[in-house]
Amino acid sequence: MTSVDLSIALPEILLSLWAMVALLAGAYFGKDRLASALTWATVAVFILIAVLVGVQDLETHEAFGGLFVEDSFARFAKMAMLLAGAAVLVMGMDYLERAKMMKFEYPILVALSMVGMMVMVSAQDLITLYMGLELQSLALYVLAAFRRDSVKATEAGLKYFVLGALASGLLLYGASLTYGYAGTTRFDGIASVITGEHLPVGLLMGLAFMLAGLAFKVSAVPFHMWTPDVYEGAPTPVTAFFATAPKVAAMALLTRLVIDAFGAVPGDWGQIVGLLAGLSMVVGAVGALGQRNLKRLMAYSSITHMGFALLGVTAGTEAGVKATLLYMAIYLTMSVGVFAFMLTMRREGRVVSSIDDLNMLSKTQPIQALAMLVLFFSLAGVPPFLGFWAKFAVLSAVISSGYVFLAVVGVISSVIAAFYYIRVVYFMYFGTEGDPLDNDGAPAQRWMTLGAAAITILGVINLFGIEGAAAVAAQALVQ
Amino acid sequence: MLSLLSIITFLPAAAALIAAVFLHGEDEVAQRNAKWLALVATLATFAISLILLFSFDPSDTGFQFVEEHAWIMGLTYKLGVDGISVLFVLLTTFLMPIAIGACWNVTHRVKEYMIAFLLLETLMIGVFVALDMVLFYLFFEAGLIPMFLIIGIWGGKNRIYAAFKFFLYTFIGSVLMLVAMIYMYGQAGTTDIPTLLSYEFDAGPITLLGWQIAGGAQTLLFLAFFASFAVKMPMWPVHTWLPDAHVQAPTAGSVVLAAVLLKMGGYGFLRFSLPMFPVGSEILAPLVLWMSAIAIVYASLVAMVQDDMKKLVAYSSVAHMGFVTMGIFAANQQGLDGAIFQMLSHGFVSGALFLVVGVVYDRMHTRDIDAYGGLVNRMPMYAAVFMLFTMANVGLPGTSGFVGEFLTFMAVFQVNTWVAAVAATGVIFSAGYGLWLYRRVIWGQLIKDSLKSITDMDLREKLMFAPLVVMTLLLGVYPALILDVISPSTEALVASYNDANGIVPEAATSLHAVTDASHETASEAAPAASSH
Repeated sequence: MTSVDLSIALPEILLSLWAMVALLAGAYFGKDRLASALTWATVAVFILIAVLVGVQDLETHEAFGGLFVEDSFARFAKMAMLLAGAAVLVMGMDYLERAKMMKFEYPILVALSMVGMMVMVSAQDLITLYMGLELQSLALYVLAAFRRDSVKATEAGLKYFVLGALASGLLLYGASLTYGYAGTTRFDGIASVITGEHLPVGLLMGLAFMLAGLAFKVSAVPFHMWTPDVYEGAPTPVTAFFATAPKVAAMALLTRLVIDAFGAVPGDWGQIVGLLAGLSMVVGAVGALGQRNLKRLMAYSSITHMGFALLGVTAGTEAGVKATLLYMAIYLTMSVGVFAFMLTMRREGRVVSSIDDLNMLSKTQPIQALAMLVLFFSLAGVPPFLGFWAKFAVLSAVISSGYVFLAVVGVISSVIAAFYYIRVVYFMYFGTEGDPLDNDGAPAQRWMTLGAAAITILGVINLFGIEGAAAVAAQALVQ
Repeated sequence: MLSLLSIITFLPAAAALIAAVFLHGEDEVAQRNAKWLALVATLATFAISLILLFSFDPSDTGFQFVEEHAWIMGLTYKLGVDGISVLFVLLTTFLMPIAIGACWNVTHRVKEYMIAFLLLETLMIGVFVALDMVLFYLFFEAGLIPMFLIIGIWGGKNRIYAAFKFFLYTFIGSVLMLVAMIYMYGQAGTTDIPTLLSYEFDAGPITLLGWQIAGGAQTLLFLAFFASFAVKMPMWPVHTWLPDAHVQAPTAGSVVLAAVLLKMGGYGFLRFSLPMFPVGSEILAPLVLWMSAIAIVYASLVAMVQDDMKKLVAYSSVAHMGFVTMGIFAANQQGLDGAIFQMLSHGFVSGALFLVVGVVYDRMHTRDIDAYGGLVNRMPMYAAVFMLFTMANVGLPGTSGFVGEFLTFMAVFQVNTWVAAVAATGVIFSAGYGLWLYRRVIWGQLIKDSLKSITDMDLREKLMFAPLVVMTLLLGVYPALILDVISPSTEALVASYNDANGIVPEAATSLHAVTDASHETASEAAPAASSH
């Protein structure tokens, strides 16, 4: 029995082992000589584990007495996170080396948080959920403050930690309420207690608190306040990581929680999630209007995008889950492309991140500028780019579940958001000419921006088949 | 022959790709190569689209040259044309070489400019041939990107404001349409336009926030689509982006904008609003008719006081689009024929007028009317061309402008005499601003020193105007060229519209009587269908 359990959780175990081996190696061989080797090795491990996860059969396996589940849904999320994590590690290296921040702890912390995320998406029990979440969060708190000697980074780390601890507290409180009223921490157990059309008050409170905690992790309004500050304060490679894999993990976790444990009463949580989604879309769009810093702008942009992804969850149907997964996968692609470019933004060796610095980028780096144009139009949801299909999928799901009003709110906020996305294009293509940015980005960064843009364009043909994968994943979750 | 429409649609995009990959540098040779490549590509597209026209069978009211492939998210990649859309394809392919010719003097980032126009052509053709609702939306929206860049990069002094206004105005209209489209997808279970054309959307009254909405879902869907097409058209009072965009856009951008992009709104009304939501259309038709009448009068009056030649032509476009919406929502045979005719004619005439402005702008770098005067003394050829298109714009019999206006008037007179009366004053105003503009620019003594050395049109400009002159006159004296192609389709559309609204045309011609009779037999055979 145990050996079966272990084989089901093999990817997580292997990754944890790798993190420990790397930690020992780093400590033994002395400081940071190994840093870049370890980073490359971690990238390789991520990709190998992604392959390992990908070649599994399509069955659902439970381990440790149902605490942990390995199904297509989890596999989809894990592959997305691992590949995004690998991409972020590769594109951050050049930046970290230039900033003299290439420490061997960096890949290890990323790997540990990745383990946490993988546990999160496989959690089928409130305790597993919390374990994964905390492992992920603790690693991320350290990463946020990775640049120890910078006031802003330390502030970001502390802010993230304090608010994150509060969110964890809310989540735990909700979990304990749920346990008290349901008598079990297992998702299927909770589902079996729900008999009526509505949740009993105790469970409803528990659910609301848990959703608040998770909303913090996906940075949904009104629990989003940390996002712009942390995005701005943390070193850009860390910001890129924050914007990608952890978002997928938290979104997948939230989806599994509401569908698996509370799937019988979609009306009860649909309102809460719908409110989170609506607020996130509007506040994210409006908040970004005045931002001049590209990192803060991307923070608000991610808030809007999480709002859209939550629309799919709000729908509460198989189509909705599929749409959310698609949305997250597409969002990852676009974010990786944009952040890969932001990591190259320097003027005379100094890191810059204001959107004014993009002035007339199309003159000095025409190809990169074109790729960014594609990515930003895609983020704005203009067809034919992938970003449009992401929005189309969630809007379809939410409209067929009857939330037409929410869809209207969504499209209106996407118009507001379009303003600041195309303003970036405006700076790149018809702004006033200023000092050009350095044109010495690492090849990996360039190719990732170009690759992401290419995927964004060519995806219109068949979405690279991820639609089918997302459908299988959604089917596994919503039986 | 099987994928003729795909070839026509994507040939310009392929040329754009070739330009992007193989053309480098900003020197003169590279610029000339880019221009020639674009010209050859657009001419080739036009040549192929002629095959489409000649093998098109007007008597068939269904869709022809249909291509269908499975696509993502349950949608289909489906293309096809019918009598309503085929001529718009031709209009686009006909005008693009002329537009490329109009930017022959551009020297700033020529390669990118040509790529933007080629992509825009693909997207514009795509709008007219798409037979899947979401595919239509995709082309419709994606067209904003190249146009945004054309205005923003190659536009005039105030181009940034104009580009943003253009983008955001049109974007907000269309996202509401997207919501409506997704709702329709949910209701009908398909995005296939031919299927949706025969699907009857629920028209029972519904109550929303305490308001009783007659026509129910159809009215709401109509309004959502209206938000998009009215902005695109543009109709009063959401027309304000157009003068800004036109004034700031480069000449070729203005030509394409006026001649083709505006037609997407009218085409949308004909393809979606009228046939898919006939009940909603009928309920809101009086509103649209009055909005059109106001647009005609208001825009004409505003045009009269403009100092800027391009702005004047832009406002005259708004007025002329008023005739189009008036014709469409009169919802009878003459109205639809007239609306389509007016759109095509406006494509030639307003495109030509923007080129006319462009000719003197290229020489003097000002569009201020007061900066000109007495041009006839040095530019007789130009004066003649300007005269012809001014008259066509005014709607002088013998030019294509007359036919469309006359048909729409005739149509709306049967439906609402007052609207017709108000709109008729607009014709007088249009003569007012048109002739006044002509007098101020062309007639009089050439007293301004700056104009003393101005030269008449060169060969390139003559070649650009020649096809437009021919088309304007030809359609003016022989409108059957167009009407024969579109009539069967519009007739079917009117019949299904009247059928859905239970209207029996009073003065039915023999042809109408036949169709009515066949409808009656159909409804006897299927009593359930005659419930309305």
